Amino acid sequence: MHSRFESLCRYRIASAGRVTVLLALMLGLLPFLSAVSQPAAAQDEIIVGLITKTESNPFFVKMKEGAQAAADAAGAQLLTASGQFDADNASQVAAIENMVTAGAQGILITPGDTKAIVPAIEKAREAGVLVIALDTPTEPMDATDALFATDNFKAGLLIGQYAKSAMGDTEPIIATIDGSTGVSVSVLRHNGFLAGYAVVDAAATPEASLSTFAEDARVVCSQDADGDQAKSQTAMENCLQANGDINVVYTINEPAARGAYTALKAAGRENDVLIVSVDGGCAGVEALKAGEIAATSQQYPLKMAQMGVDAVVEFAKTGAAPSGYTDTGVTLITDKPQQGVESEDSVFGLENCWG
Amino acid sequence: MGDAVSMGRSSPRTGRNLRAVIAPLTSLGPLIALILACAYFATQTDRFLTGPNLSLVIQQSMVVGVLAIGQTLIILTAGIDLSCGAVMALSGIVMARLAVVSGVNSYLAILLGILVAVAFGLLNGALITKFDLPPFIVTLGTLNIAFAITHIYSQNQTVTNVPAVLTFFGNTFRVGLTSITYGTVLMFLLYVITGFILQQTAAGRHVYAVGNNPEAARLSGINTTQLLIAVYALAGLLYGVAAWLSVGRTGAGDPNAGQTDNLASITAVVLGGTSLFGGRGRIMGTLVGVLIVGVFRNGLQLIGVESVFQVLITGILVILAVVVDQFARRRQQ
Repeated sequence: MHSRFESLCRYRIASAGRVTVLLALMLGLLPFLSAVSQPAAAQDEIIVGLITKTESNPFFVKMKEGAQAAADAAGAQLLTASGQFDADNASQVAAIENMVTAGAQGILITPGDTKAIVPAIEKAREAGVLVIALDTPTEPMDATDALFATDNFKAGLLIGQYAKSAMGDTEPIIATIDGSTGVSVSVLRHNGFLAGYAVVDAAATPEASLSTFAEDARVVCSQDADGDQAKSQTAMENCLQANGDINVVYTINEPAARGAYTALKAAGRENDVLIVSVDGGCAGVEALKAGEIAATSQQYPLKMAQMGVDAVVEFAKTGAAPSGYTDTGVTLITDKPQQGVESEDSVFGLENCWG
Repeated sequence: MGDAVSMGRSSPRTGRNLRAVIAPLTSLGPLIALILACAYFATQTDRFLTGPNLSLVIQQSMVVGVLAIGQTLIILTAGIDLSCGAVMALSGIVMARLAVVSGVNSYLAILLGILVAVAFGLLNGALITKFDLPPFIVTLGTLNIAFAITHIYSQNQTVTNVPAVLTFFGNTFRVGLTSITYGTVLMFLLYVITGFILQQTAAGRHVYAVGNNPEAARLSGINTTQLLIAVYALAGLLYGVAAWLSVGRTGAGDPNAGQTDNLASITAVVLGGTSLFGGRGRIMGTLVGVLIVGVFRNGLQLIGVESVFQVLITGILVILAVVVDQFARRRQQ
């Protein structure tokens, strides 16, 4: 019995220690939380929510920057959240719910899963919240009040037209380094590029080709590399193994373009292969200036977010909601301009780049 | 009422018996953390401590909550399951695609989806016991297998417009002003049932015994192979139920669901005070662990703190919980 009692005491001490440590931690955390939290919103304050796919992509970092600047200018409070990976629907759903509860009048979202997010968006709209999709449309597109985005088909079209002009009479042997299958942005850029190059019929409308990559015999290699530089390098290496005569490379974004360039350089092919891309991020335009990328279609995430915040502020003040699709613009950037293809140089590109 | 088992010990050490007496205390630390977090957020915004918002927090926690029940059972046996989120995604996509694309009867589709999850549980259990393989590696393998099958079978397409039966657990009923989803009720029920099994039945106590000392458990007459396979299969069943809840919550079969849920469920188990060394812990602690994460996610959003701080705080709490566990173990030795 004696040792039983002893153990009991000892265990009580252990438990007490556990509780004390936890208590200390929680108390230690509180001032820290107060330090990072913004002052609680007044009842009549305008609250704007911004939900991006991830925290890490510079595209979304720039978007957040634009939103914050616009919110500050309008005296609105900005709430932000994001998924933990590109197609993290559960986190985005929770963020929508929490922002509605927080009293946001409007939510700007780049949906990670364009279909699965729709029921949560519908619920928010039923609660009277304005929802605007940024960069990526939902499926169906009218699930949100409005869409502020790059015309991704046009972004592809511009570099396709450029590549056709730059290649002249040379018969193209094309590799495409794509994003993920089933992601509309990836499909639209890919198909836009092929339509611009007149490899496929331009009448293959974006609507008809939202989820299927267009194919042609001149496209000898198409690889999914998630827009990731390392994966794109591997993909390009494999494409070169499959067909060493590739002379045009389309890439979904600039990290993919740089990955492809690294692979081509290792194969000694960097000077006789034309690489075109989409995005206009600062690192990408630098690579263009250095001659790694021939041309890129620049898009404007900061502008998307600014327009989104302004629309929510307007909605909160007057009740006027935006609707339909607003093109936030795309510009062809190249230092080797082609006759008949409108473009800007890398100086303009660097002035307007993001990331 | 305890997490200790006296079977198969060469010399009776009283500490373990006493732990049974004081077991309820072990869940106190996490509970206090949860209450403090709630109290803090309540002082920061009047939107936090409302029926609808608390219901929302629980709703947002229900999928990981049910996954974490299976994870707790496995961790109690000194195992670990990295495949739970991927198996759930596969189970959910099987349900949704069978019902929507293949036109299978909804109930049958749900049953088949759950069976797929059970099959993965059986596979995990069989590989771990029959070939004496480490659970970490086996479930890392099945994680990848389930993930790949999900994407092959779904062709990366999210399935929408799922029939009403599949989304039943996302439906709500009203208590006053608060909407409560049926899914959260099911989650609480599953916790109570699992708690009862663990503490009041021989099978439940055998789970602790195997986690404490598998060799001793075997010598005392427990068929440890059978028990471990049963635990992994039961966990699979729970992942299947979680899949049903997940489809209900989002209204869609999502091939990308659950990608971080394996770590989220392990986090909840650890926060709840269950020892990763096996044999010690309580299922209700896991529920508290799940809610701690949910409260921080919701509360920080309401007061305008970026969601990345929730990840930071969860990380700190996990380390702390493990330190406390180690501390408690040393005190007992």
